[in-house]
Amino acid sequence: MDKNRKVHQFKNPVLNWIEFRLPIISYFKKEYGDYPMPKNCNYFWSFGALATITLVTMIVSGIFLAMNYTPHTDMAFDSVERIMRDVNYGWLMRYIHSNGAAFFFIIVYIHIVRAMYFGSYKYPRELNWILGVFIFLLMMATSFLGYTLPWGQMSYWGATVITNLFSAIPFIGEGLKTWLLGDYNVGNATLNRFFALHYVLPFVIFGVVGLHVAAVHVHGSNNPDGIDIKTNNDSVNFFPYMLIKDTVAMCAFGVAISAVIFFGPNLMAEVDNYIPADPLVTPAHIVPNWYLAPFYAILRAVPDKLGGVLLMFGAIVILFVLPWLDRSKVRSCNYRPIYKWFMMGFFVNFFALGYVGMLPAEGLYLLIARVGLLYYFGFFFIITPFVGWIEKPSKLPLSISDVYAKNIAPNIGGGEKGIPSPAMQKDTNL
Amino acid sequence: MPKKPKNKRRDFLQLSTVTLGAVGTAAFIWPFLKSMSPAEDTLAAGSTEVDISAIEEGQSITIKWRGKPVFIKKRTKDEINAAKMVQASDLRDPEDDADRVQKEEWLVLVGVCTHLGCVPLGQKVSDMKGEYDGWYCPCHGSHYDTSGRIRKGPAPKNLDVPPYTFLNDNTIKIG
Repeated sequence: MDKNRKVHQFKNPVLNWIEFRLPIISYFKKEYGDYPMPKNCNYFWSFGALATITLVTMIVSGIFLAMNYTPHTDMAFDSVERIMRDVNYGWLMRYIHSNGAAFFFIIVYIHIVRAMYFGSYKYPRELNWILGVFIFLLMMATSFLGYTLPWGQMSYWGATVITNLFSAIPFIGEGLKTWLLGDYNVGNATLNRFFALHYVLPFVIFGVVGLHVAAVHVHGSNNPDGIDIKTNNDSVNFFPYMLIKDTVAMCAFGVAISAVIFFGPNLMAEVDNYIPADPLVTPAHIVPNWYLAPFYAILRAVPDKLGGVLLMFGAIVILFVLPWLDRSKVRSCNYRPIYKWFMMGFFVNFFALGYVGMLPAEGLYLLIARVGLLYYFGFFFIITPFVGWIEKPSKLPLSISDVYAKNIAPNIGGGEKGIPSPAMQKDTNL
Repeated sequence: MPKKPKNKRRDFLQLSTVTLGAVGTAAFIWPFLKSMSPAEDTLAAGSTEVDISAIEEGQSITIKWRGKPVFIKKRTKDEINAAKMVQASDLRDPEDDADRVQKEEWLVLVGVCTHLGCVPLGQKVSDMKGEYDGWYCPCHGSHYDTSGRIRKGPAPKNLDVPPYTFLNDNTIKIG
């Protein structure tokens, strides 16, 4: 043991006692007190904090729901109805949990849009991006498992359709599906294990979020101009500035989610899920949760079972390699006059895919889904590498302070083109 | 010189320990993985006997067998002819109608779409039956003909025919 280890000294002797044995106080001071945030960060940078808070809310409301829920095919639906009608504040717990899941995805989608538009996934934050995509995958798995639990018609048939995706795999598909279900179709064994996994996965997410946050704290947060912190002048301490800013964001979020929980708790719910599961009758129109709809649209756009499944999973897996598909060294799209529009097109396209994913796969909707599918993959495989190669980025500010020196006019599309600033050169080791 | 054989001995011990550890871990994981497979009572789910005397020509009933819907349809002459007219070689999953039925008026199918497991429509008179007048899966738009064969849409295979026997003219045993 290093006898010369420098121990932080605090005024409070209790803190000193703890710090000497476990340097957790100085850790929090460093990571959440003095941690430097770029001073130009806008409210987009509050969505990480919002996502963390939502995760905790989901875990807490979920634990209390689990105290009254019965994971058995004969009792699951009724136990959920009992939570709604008889359990004290059960309705509140359930509406917080069901709408919280939807808001969790809204927040995370905005968080991902932020990371894509401002190039947060680029050097040196690639691993951070990968961990983030991994969290997104875990979230989708968890929400799917959770959606099965109320054992309504949508729960049952959603679970049937999604687990049948695995049967598309050649040779081992059917066996794998049976193994995952613990039966030849979705049944009690399936519901039981889905409950167990739905309970444990959020804690796995929590662990990966810990890594995600630790990773971003190594090189610090990105910012709207995508340039690094050079001097103390470029940053503010996390406490109190960012904490207060995140708190304001949290209040706004609280108002938004409360409005839905109290005044429109079923806005994002499917009517069919208030009908108990019936293995003999498929609802006329199976709809996924809206936050999974873009991927569902991709699945249905392909007239081949295996092909559809591969492209749907491919649409998520492709995200992992985005940092290496993008050849441009400029992070923020504010300084990328061409790519910016393709990026916005990608967001609109993703939204359109989600929209048609909720509608029947026929006629015009199917055509839109197919065009959307082409743009989705074209964006990653063609547009992103190609534009990075031909585009001349706008001139970057010398430093974050420089942005404000120029009367807070970020250099959108103006300035001398093609000359990376000295700051940029140092950033990327050109 | 004495150093080299000693190193080899170490290498051997290290390699064999790691190997044994890996095999042991795999052996330990197996019961956990296997516990997720269908349990014995699930596998033992038995057979079902169905009285088909009340089914009129053109009518179809749905019964539950091993948790899945099974369609039993008494086909009309037109439906049988439509199913027989098709060249098997033109189909995605080539099968002659004769290979899918024991008595040509009785069609017995597992009512689970081979795409993603929905129950196709077509059992009720008012249902959509699809472009080939058999069954239509509302989930992703697969069309099945009067022999339960896939004709259009994303499903890769024909509707399964479960194992069944005619106990007498009025009773079918499925399973």
